[in-house]
Amino acid sequence: MRLEGISKHFGEGETRVDALREVSLEVFPRQVVALLGPSGSGKTTLLNVIGCILDPSAGSMELDGELVLHDGQWQRGDLRRLRLDKIGFIFQFHNLLPFLDATDNVAVVLQLAGVDIMAARKRAGELLNDLEVGHREHAMPAKLSGGEAQRVAIARALANNPRIILADEPTAALDSKRAGIVMDLLRKLAVEHDAAIIAVTHDEKIFDRFDRIFQLRDGRLDGSDPTDSMI
Amino acid sequence: MNLAYRDIRHNLGRFLLTCLGLGLLLGVVLAMIGIYRGLVADALTIARAPAVDLWVVEANTRGPFAEASRIPGDIREAVARIADVTAAGSITYQTVEAEHQGGKLRLYVIGYELTRPGGPPEIAEGREIARSHYEMVADRSSGLTLSERIQLGRKTFTVVGLTQHQVNSGGDPAVYITLSDAQKLQFDLAPPAARVQLARGTGGANLDTVNAVVARLHPNASASATAATIRRWKHLAAITQEEQELILSRSLVDRARRQIGLFTSLLLVVSAVIIALIIYTMTMEKLKQIATLKLIGAPDRTIIGMIVQQALALGLIGFVIGATLIVNIKDYFPRRVVLEPDNVAVLGLIVFAVCLLSSGLGVRAALRVDPATALGG
Repeated sequence: MRLEGISKHFGEGETRVDALREVSLEVFPRQVVALLGPSGSGKTTLLNVIGCILDPSAGSMELDGELVLHDGQWQRGDLRRLRLDKIGFIFQFHNLLPFLDATDNVAVVLQLAGVDIMAARKRAGELLNDLEVGHREHAMPAKLSGGEAQRVAIARALANNPRIILADEPTAALDSKRAGIVMDLLRKLAVEHDAAIIAVTHDEKIFDRFDRIFQLRDGRLDGSDPTDSMI
Repeated sequence: MNLAYRDIRHNLGRFLLTCLGLGLLLGVVLAMIGIYRGLVADALTIARAPAVDLWVVEANTRGPFAEASRIPGDIREAVARIADVTAAGSITYQTVEAEHQGGKLRLYVIGYELTRPGGPPEIAEGREIARSHYEMVADRSSGLTLSERIQLGRKTFTVVGLTQHQVNSGGDPAVYITLSDAQKLQFDLAPPAARVQLARGTGGANLDTVNAVVARLHPNASASATAATIRRWKHLAAITQEEQELILSRSLVDRARRQIGLFTSLLLVVSAVIIALIIYTMTMEKLKQIATLKLIGAPDRTIIGMIVQQALALGLIGFVIGATLIVNIKDYFPRRVVLEPDNVAVLGLIVFAVCLLSSGLGVRAALRVDPATALGG
């Protein structure tokens, strides 16, 4: 994914707020990168732009070789489909659908993409087994532990083989041991699925798990020298 | 997988409880419709009981139900001699209160001539009146039983037969006695001064007056033409059966119809508002989930479908509960409740439409959900 000159402002005139100011960055497959910054620095706004749920004011974005945003204008009519096919989401509090069991929480994404329900459930089962929560495939989210729920959420994010996985504070609700496990898992999955992971986080425990760290301050990306990053 | 079904199943107890509440409300709506239908049926039942084509009443009246009508009893002979008339009979109607089992029993007494039109339309139990005096056929709803004796005026009558569904528009059960007994009863119940005058023959009225003469015509005869003939006679008016039923349904039940209609409409509006609020509340409780669904790529139609299906399920189950309840308890109502399949079907369609429209509020809220709200804690 490549971002060039992404800007986003809210309001006009005296009430104008520049949430993002010409943010440019590049993320390669199999990379796990972090977005850091104080509250109000624009991390969530940037995540929303990358996730195609917020219209930027300016800039371009290339995703998996396709120019999806140019000069602040989306180049695809159906962003929902783009998200379904190319982007996976991992939330701080897993956001599993409480009325679906673990398998169906993963299968629903596949079904939305047009996969037959039986095939979707089969694939969901495989993903849950890969993430070592297969034994909880029929458990409802309320019955899952925090770690188990997060693994199910990761399986859901991976269901459609996305190219980019956006994680919003993926380990905030976990203790340090589980946080480390989840990050190692994400790295492993990024490699296996040839995807890139961009995580918004404040969790210092896991800083060493990232290939690159981008620091946002007042909507601008701090000079984060790529040559300093560890891949 | 069906998201609406899965969501309902996840909160099944609460959903069913909501359906029950809605069902009770819809049951009341059905009951109101049935009560109105029963009112009309009761009002028309007495008029339809003689199974006649023509009613001869006092001139310039719309009797004998909507207005008072008194005509000489011998008019029946003249009516019977009209070419198209196959049978004619005199009838009287009066409301009487009688002592029964320690309380007052209000009865609609119908006096008719034996072997002539005007008697009970069916005998559900026992037999018809065979003797000239002091026998009675009573409607089941009066609570009277076969062989029971009851005093009307100064005389005691024996119940020899039971009929059913014979009540007047006020809900009073009908009892049939002979015409002479009914005329005598009118005399017994008349004010004392009038009785004295009548006995002396100086009151200007005599015992042989009736409320109407009813007539059956040949199958090919024109009721309107025969009625026109009778209208040319002095002091008489003639009303066809169709006109009589129209008078009854318009005059006697008109106010009740409007009142019940207004009440039913209000209940339907209340039901619509309640359904809308329920669906809206159910949607608002799921905003985070809706945002998540949108974020992971669910199209709007999936979310709309979930909400609309839940609204329709709510309406359907609620309607079934309400209809089942009313169908099973309607016979215990003090007044007749008449529910035809088309009434139930029409209300079902209205409920369907209401649910569809009511879900609009929830759908609107769901479509406005920003998928970005799924991100963040």
